[in-house]
Parts: sequence; structure tokens; C-alpha cells
Amino acid sequence: MSVGRALLGLLENGPRHGYDLKRSYDERFGTDRPLAYGQVYSTLARLLRNGFVEVESEPGAGPERKRYAITEAGVADVASWLAQPEKPEPYLQSTLYTKVVLALLTGNDATTVLDTQRAEHLRLMRELTRRKETGDLADQLVCDHALFHLEADLRWLELTAARVQQLAAHVRP
Amino acid sequence: MTGWVADLALGVRLGVSGGRSGWVRLALISLGVGLGVAMLLVAASAPAVLDARADRAAERWVNSDQVIEPGAPTLLTLPVRSMHRGEAIEGRLLQPESPDAPLPPGVDRQLAPGEVVLSPALERLLASPDGAALRGRWGEQTVGTIGPEGLTGPDELTFYLGTDRLTGETAVRISSFGGDQQPEEGVSPVMVLLALVGIVVLLLPVGIFVATAVRFGSEARDRRLAALRLVGADARTTRRVAAGETLTGAVLGLGVGALVWLLVSRVAGTLVPDSLSFYPADVRPAPALVGLVVVLVPLTTVLVTLSALRQVVVEPLGVVRRSGARRRRLWWRLLFPLAGLALLHPLVTGLDTAMGTQVSIAAGLVLLLTGVALVLPWLVEATVHRLGNGPVAWDLAVRRLQLDSGTAVRAVSGVAVSVAGLIALQGLVGAIGALTAGAAADTRTYQASVLDIFPEDQAGGDPAGTWTRALSAAPGVTDVGALTSIGAEPTGGAPEAVVESGPCAVLAQEAQVGACRDGDVFVVVPEGAVAPPAGSAWTLGDGVRWTLPDTARPVAPNQGSVSALNGGGPPRILLTPAALGGLRPDVVAVTTYATLDPAVPDALDHLRTAAAQVDPRAYASSIAQQGIASALVTMRQVLLVGTVALLVMVGASLLVNVLEQLRERRRLLAALVAVGTRRRTLSGSVLVQVAVPVVLGLGLAVLTGSVLALGLQTAVDAPLTFDRVGVGATSGVAAVVVLLTTAAGLPLLWRLTRPEGLRTE
Amino acid sequence: MPTEPLLVAEHLRLSFGATTALEDASVAVHAGEVLALMGPSGSGKSTLLHCLGGILHPDAGRVTYAGRDLTAMHDSERSALRRSELGFVFQFGQLVPELTCLENVALPLRLNGASRRAAHRSASAWLERLEVLDVAAKRPGQVSGGQGQRVAVARALVTRPRVVFADEPTGALDSLNGERVMQLFVAAARETGAAVVLVTHEARVAAYSDREAVVRDGRVRTVEYAR
Repeated sequence: MSVGRALLGLLENGPRHGYDLKRSYDERFGTDRPLAYGQVYSTLARLLRNGFVEVESEPGAGPERKRYAITEAGVADVASWLAQPEKPEPYLQSTLYTKVVLALLTGNDATTVLDTQRAEHLRLMRELTRRKETGDLADQLVCDHALFHLEADLRWLELTAARVQQLAAHVRP
Repeated sequence: MTGWVADLALGVRLGVSGGRSGWVRLALISLGVGLGVAMLLVAASAPAVLDARADRAAERWVNSDQVIEPGAPTLLTLPVRSMHRGEAIEGRLLQPESPDAPLPPGVDRQLAPGEVVLSPALERLLASPDGAALRGRWGEQTVGTIGPEGLTGPDELTFYLGTDRLTGETAVRISSFGGDQQPEEGVSPVMVLLALVGIVVLLLPVGIFVATAVRFGSEARDRRLAALRLVGADARTTRRVAAGETLTGAVLGLGVGALVWLLVSRVAGTLVPDSLSFYPADVRPAPALVGLVVVLVPLTTVLVTLSALRQVVVEPLGVVRRSGARRRRLWWRLLFPLAGLALLHPLVTGLDTAMGTQVSIAAGLVLLLTGVALVLPWLVEATVHRLGNGPVAWDLAVRRLQLDSGTAVRAVSGVAVSVAGLIALQGLVGAIGALTAGAAADTRTYQASVLDIFPEDQAGGDPAGTWTRALSAAPGVTDVGALTSIGAEPTGGAPEAVVESGPCAVLAQEAQVGACRDGDVFVVVPEGAVAPPAGSAWTLGDGVRWTLPDTARPVAPNQGSVSALNGGGPPRILLTPAALGGLRPDVVAVTTYATLDPAVPDALDHLRTAAAQVDPRAYASSIAQQGIASALVTMRQVLLVGTVALLVMVGASLLVNVLEQLRERRRLLAALVAVGTRRRTLSGSVLVQVAVPVVLGLGLAVLTGSVLALGLQTAVDAPLTFDRVGVGATSGVAAVVVLLTTAAGLPLLWRLTRPEGLRTE
Repeated sequence: MPTEPLLVAEHLRLSFGATTALEDASVAVHAGEVLALMGPSGSGKSTLLHCLGGILHPDAGRVTYAGRDLTAMHDSERSALRRSELGFVFQFGQLVPELTCLENVALPLRLNGASRRAAHRSASAWLERLEVLDVAAKRPGQVSGGQGQRVAVARALVTRPRVVFADEPTGALDSLNGERVMQLFVAAARETGAAVVLVTHEARVAAYSDREAVVRDGRVRTVEYAR
């Protein structure tokens, strides 16, 4: 899911070969889990099917020499994905991180991405807080557990927001 | 032992490296201690100054009972007392009887008749416009200046005038100046008492002030100590560190004090009356007293610090103040004033100059006044716990005082002790003034008089005429009249009597003569004297016999005349010139009355100059009674300077106190303003917080001071009075000082209550 | 949501010396709502709260409360407003240490001229509402942090203000105590219909709000997005 958006985002800087895309992705997002070739090509095939990318073939070349370029539909898809907050759930960081980096790469406002997410987190926290007040002790404990996790995410969001400038310099040297 | 030293050294280092607030605290402490030390050094210098003045006075002293070795060169001399405006000028007539006659110190040549040497101050005065009326009083032939060795002080007004009119009968013959015997100063027990009270009143608040100064900025210091505890210092170490820190301030204070003292000793001469001036070089503090100051002041500061630290527990995470639970007890505080009162018993039972009595009185005063400082905290605490509710500002202040009245009281106890002492002193000075003040003299006709007790020296044998002519010519003198005192020997069982003659206007100055015509005779019979019967006869000089006619009218003395003042004494017979019927009686003295033109400035001094030109020995003075002896005027001046100095010190310590309290509560004050508290409410609460202890302190001070004044008045047999004006003025000024210091603290209050105060550090 | 906001800040700018605390900050508070002002330290959120509450005067911009321009008011007028229609809760150090808790709560009423007895009656009702009636006679130094903050909340609400400003009200408390203070605070504020402006950096405290605004670099970012 997010791999597709990540590849689309990388393509916003210009058409690339599949192998290039894999290398860029690994550099930025795949620090411990490099992307397999197969996954790159199957994802690109899906994006091609949805009309988010198109292929610029170089004459006399095999599949390795195919260059992929993002379509207007692809750009719009990335933008709407960035604007939509993730459903707050544990271990969101990798997705959120991808979003922030992509926003920076694609010239979207990374801070807005973070603020939107923060608002979504708070919305859920409000709900949990309200449920806690009306519920019994078991409910309260369950809600508190979720609240503490969400709070941890929120702190991460805040920290990231404070470091967006630093990150931008790193992502777009 | 080495641990001790290390702790103290750490304290010293913390003291000087405590950042800006540390420096401010150190500066405040050393300034406060310095002011106190300076005052102590001034007091310690007083004996040396007085000794130096006494030595200089002894050098030129004239022993009237000198045994003259035959053949020794001699000199005739007589003191001359004069005045210029309100200031006394005392000089001496010199009549050398040989070229090698003794010279007074500071004079390097023999004076011919009419030649005069002046003290530098008198020379300056004569040259200045102010001295216009003085010019020519002792002739014009100024031939020199008296050197410092012949003066008690640089501003002394004195002179030596050469003359040829002295005789062995009318003057003193000496072969040398000075002598072993100290001049008889006549130190009365009353003056000793005044001095004692003065010293105690001035020095006790200095002690209290030094004790207060040491506490400047102690909040920040306590926080530093807490930080030390956090890194592992134990309670005892922190106390020693604190002692070291205070010691730094105290030692710096000694230096500051020495500097201030140096400055003061240079200018102090100009602050005291001219007659008390002294040479700066004579200002040498007694080494023993300096030693005491150098040892006792730092020791006191350290003891005060340690005792103040007993009130707080410095914990690693902050400072806990021991307060509230322990109520102050009265009984042991009352011991001090009661013991003081007991020691003061000589005031009522009788005064003498014995050492024991003096020690007892001084100790009594110290205990009584210390008692004020001790009873006040109890009084304030007991009172604030009974105070009812009121407006918000009142409630805030009262609650604050209920929780901790110590801080406020400390600042006020200095005021209370000073005011109590000053009220006592003023009561005493006022009462002595009342003792010496006579009834108002009659100044309607004449305003000045010139007394000549050497009328036989006047050429022409008509001293009254000579005086009348000479004085009439003086500028500002519109009319003169002479009263001639006649030597009267009773004959044939006539009683002793004083016989005086003069025109009706002059006689009216002496008694209530009523309708008077030339030829009338009046008899003034003082209380307790027997009226001489008509026909009593007296010999008025060589072969002049005079009989009291039966037309003589008994009359009452005038209020303020000599006979009314003295009471008792022989009857006086007042004659108009015609009543003498052309007799030429033996004149023993001439009193010339003069009417002065109020429009002519310095008319009195012109009269004095005219009189001195006739005979420098004549004494010219104003008829109006000088209400208070000049010594008391000096006393009052010193008292005034002392009061102002004390109140400035007290004001300064109050201000520091207020500022510190405000700074300590800055966050709370800002929060209160944020919730909409009026600044009026806050400043009102600050004022009430200062005013409540001050009002109580002043009340206690007025009570103690008045009781003490009554005791002192009893001691000098003065009428018992309550010096309402003095009490009002002193406590009023003290109250103004409180208000001003509170007002001076308000800008800080405004600054602290700005919203920035809400920001956390 | 009501269309007319109760308290509006428009384009506020304020600097302290060289540091700019607010730079074109705008925010609106509606009657009865709980608004959380969030943001990193030094972002200017406390300054914004002080401007909204009429404590600080902005260098530029306007604060309007119920149609009245706070920035044009005289200091005494603003003080009077703070006494009667606004309430404040700070992190700590706001209670007068010499007064009992009851007297502290009664203080704003007395500053408004209420009689001692009437003020104490309302004050004890509020202490009871915040479950701290038992410390009424104690002084602030003798109660726990949580109790002290509840007393402070009671003091802020006792005048029945229309807006209560709370600057990190639970900042000095542990989470359990902080939660209890927030529950009681927000419930009591909703009961009286008071709007609350809550400055906090804690998400779990902000979760008691209806809406949040993020202050960053002296500007307010209110995030609107499709749910």
C-alpha cells in the first residue's frame, strides 16, 4: 500500500528505471528491510494498471531498461494520500515517516501532514477520554492503555514536526 | 580544624562569586556593616578629639593662683567675652610687664597696646560681609594670626588684644601659660547623664542595624546553601559556609566603614558648631576601641547569621522555615526592661558622678532600650492575632503578619529603639531648657544692655556720660539710658542695700515704678527681705552720706529683672538723678541700656563693637532671655543630626526589607494581578503590613521614651512635662520614613506584577 | 457550533525585546467550548493565553471579548473584567500562602465587593463541588499539589466567569492527580457554561478539550480536514 505511494512520490522528481527506484527507496525508507525486485515490479505493474504511471520504453531494451514516469492521476493520488490522516493505530511510524519524507520530496507541506495526523490522534483520544468517563474500571484501563500509546505517537509527531527543517535538508540535499 | 577553615573559605568564595545577586547581597551587607562601623569609629574617635581639645585648652590656660617667682617676667591678662550674632567669641587681654613676658601658645610676639592677633576663623569672619558689624571692635591693628597650637579647633573664634589698662587688682598676673592642673570645666552630673543617654541612644540602633544588614538577601543565600546540601554538605558545614559568607561581608564592611570614617572625620569639623570644631588630625580612634570594633563587629555578624539559621532548616531540596507553631513568650522579654528600670534607680534616688552610678545608668538604659526591641516582637504577634477582619488589603496584610511577623518586626525594632531614646533625650533637653529659661524680660523700651564693672577706668570721672555718648553714636542705636550702681555702706543700723540711679525710663526697666518724675525714690523689696525704714542712711563713697526720704515709694520688681530672677538678696533703692541732689557718689558699675532700631541689621553687634571700643572688658548682651543655654543648643543640634542619620539608616533597612519581601513573592503577586486584583489593594496591603508593626513599635517607643524622660526629668529636678511636640515630631518623622520607604518599594511592586512575573524560570 | 465567537484574537503580534513571541496569531473561542492551545515550549502559547485574558497587551492586533475591544481598554477596566468575567488557573504559586484555602477561593468574590459571609458560603460550595471541602481551613502549604490545583480551579470558577484560562493546570501533577483535576475542572466548567482556554503540552490533558489549536512559531494553525 504505502510502498506504491512511496514509489509514486519518488517518481515525482522525474522518470526513473525500476532499479533506480529500488535503490532510492532502500536509501530513504528501507533501512532494515530492502525492497525485493519482485515487489518493485509487481507494485509498478499495479500502478500502471491504475493509470498512476506510464512507461517510456527505450528502443531495444529488456524490462530492466523500462523507464517509469508519474501521470497526473498519480500526482493527485499522492497528494490526497498525504492529506488524509492515517487511522490512529500502534506502530504507525513507518507509514507516517514515509509520508513526511514524501511530502518533503514532492514539495507538499510536511508540517500539515503532521498536524493533520495529530488532529486525528486527538480526535480519537477525545473519544477514548469520553468513553473512559462513562465506562467501568475495565473500560477505563483499556482506554488508558490506548491513550498512552496514542500519546506516545503524538509526542513522536511533535518531535518530528520540530525537526522537519532538519529532515528536509537531509532528504533534499 | 582544617575542615573549619575550608568551609569558611568556601563560604567566602561563594560570597564573592554568587553572580549578580550575590554581589548585590555582599554590597548591601558591607555597606550596612560599613555604616555601622563608621558610626562606631566616630564614637571611638570622640575621646581623642575631646582630649586633644582639652590638651590645647590646657596649654593656654591661665592659672589665676599662680605663684610668681620673684624677678620672673610677668604678664597681666583678663578674659574678654563677646558675641557675634549668636556665636560666642572669647578672647584675652594681654598686658606684658616686660619684653620677655610669657607668650600664649600660637602667638609669636609681644603685643603693644591696641595690637591684636586673631584666630584664622575670626580673621575670615572680619573680612567677610557678615563680619561688617564686628570690624573695629578690637581696634584695627591686626598684627598676626594665632597658630593652630593655640586653638582648640580650626573654626574657633578667638583673639589676643594688647592693652595698658590692666592692673594687678583688676587682672591676673602670670609668669607662664598652662599648668598641670586641668581647667575646672565643671562637668555636672546632668551633662554626664545627657552624654550617656546620647551615646546609648545613638549606638544601640547601630547594633540593631548591623544585625539587620547581615540578613540582607538571606533568601538567595539559603537557596545556595540548599544546593550545597544537595551535593552532600551536612547541616553543620552549611552553617560554617554561611558564616564564612557573612564574614566576607563583615570584613569588607570594616573596610567600607574605615573609608566612610576617613571621609566623615575630614568633614565632621564643619558639621559641628564652630566652638566645638576640631582639627582632623586630632581625630584618632582609641586603639582599644578600634580593636573592639574590629573583633566584635565580625563576631556579631557571624553570631547573628548562625542564630538566624537556627530558624530555618536548610534541606537539600529547599529551605523550611520553622515558624508558626512556637508562640513568643513574654516573661523573659520583660526581664530586660524591668532590670533596666531597676538599674536606673539613681535617677530617682539621687545622681552623682561616681563611676558606679554611671555604669548602672548606662547599663539600665541599654537594658531598657534593648527591652523595647525584645518586647516588640511579642507585642506585634499578640496584637495581630487579635486583629479582626477587614477589607481584602487589610486581611492579606494581617494574615501575612500572623504567619510571620518576625521579618517586619526586625526592620521596625531599630526605629522603635531610636524613637524611644530620642523621645527620652528630647524630654530631658526640653526640661533642662525649661529649668534655665527665665520669665520673659521686658524688651519694650530697651533691647540690649552693656555692663561695665570697671567704671573707674573711664576718663573724665563720668562713666555714665561716657557710655551714653559712645553708645548713642553706634549705628542702629536710637536711644540709650545708663543705670549707675553706687557703692553703699550702711551706717547707723541701716540694712544692707543696693543703690542704683538712673532716669525714669531706665528705672522702669528695673521695677514697676509707675508714674515717675525726676527726684523720685523707689524701694524694691524682694521676697524675704526687710524694707529699710525711712531715715536709714548710707555712705555713698568718700564722705557722701545719703538718707532714705519718707517719700520713697515701695514698688514691685519687674518680671525678668535681676531681682525677680534671683529672689532673696538685699532690698534695692532706685534713685532718679535729682534725688541724689548733686552728690558725687562712688560708682561701682554702669549698665547702659540701648534701644535698637529693628530696621538696622546687626544693630546689636554694632552696639557690641561700640562698647568694646570704649572698654573691651564691658559685656554687651541682649536683654531677651536666651531660652536655652548654648550647650543645650549644641546638644539639640547633635541630636538632630543623630536623629536624621538614624532615620536614614532605618529607612534604608526598611526599604531593603520591603524589596526583599516583594521579590520573594513575585510569582504570587503577578498571579494576583492576573486574576484582576487591583494594584491599590496590593499596595494597601504592603502599607498595612509595614504600618501595623510600625504603629505598635512607635506606641511602645513613646511609652518607654516618656517614662524614661520622666525619670530623667526627676533626676535633674526639672518640672515633669510630657514633650508633646517632641514626641509628635519624632514619631511623625519616623512614620513619614516608613511611608516613604513603602512608597519607594512600590515601583518594584508594579514591575513585579507585570505578567512577565508569571513566566516560570 | 454558534456562529458568533465569544473571544476573538486577530493578527496578534508581540515581542519581548529581541524575541518575538507572537507573530500574526489569530484564534477564536466560542461560548461554552473547551479549546486546547497546544504547541512546543517557547511557541508562544502562554503568551497568546495572556493576551486573550487581557493580562498582556499585544504590540499589534486586536482581542475582542463579547464585542468589546480588549486591546483598547484601560488597564483598570481590563482588571475589572478579569475579576468578574474571566477566571485563571496557573501551574502553581497562585494561592496566597497566608490565607486558608477557603479564603483563597473567596478572594475574587471579596475583590468584587461581596460580603465576607456570602463569599465564604459560595467558596465552600465550590470546594465541595471540586471535592476538597476537607482542606477548607488549611493553608495552601499544608495541602497536596492536586488539592491545591482543585482549590485554584474553585477560585477560578467561583465568580461564574464566561471564560476560564488555564495555563498548564496539571503541569506539576502526576497523571492520576492531573486526570482528576481535569475531569472535575472540565465538568464544572461545562456545568456553568464557561468556555475554557487550556494551554497544555500534554495530549492526554488536551483530550479533555472540544477542539485544539496548535501554536507554532508565534502563529496559530487550526487544522480543518474532512472527517
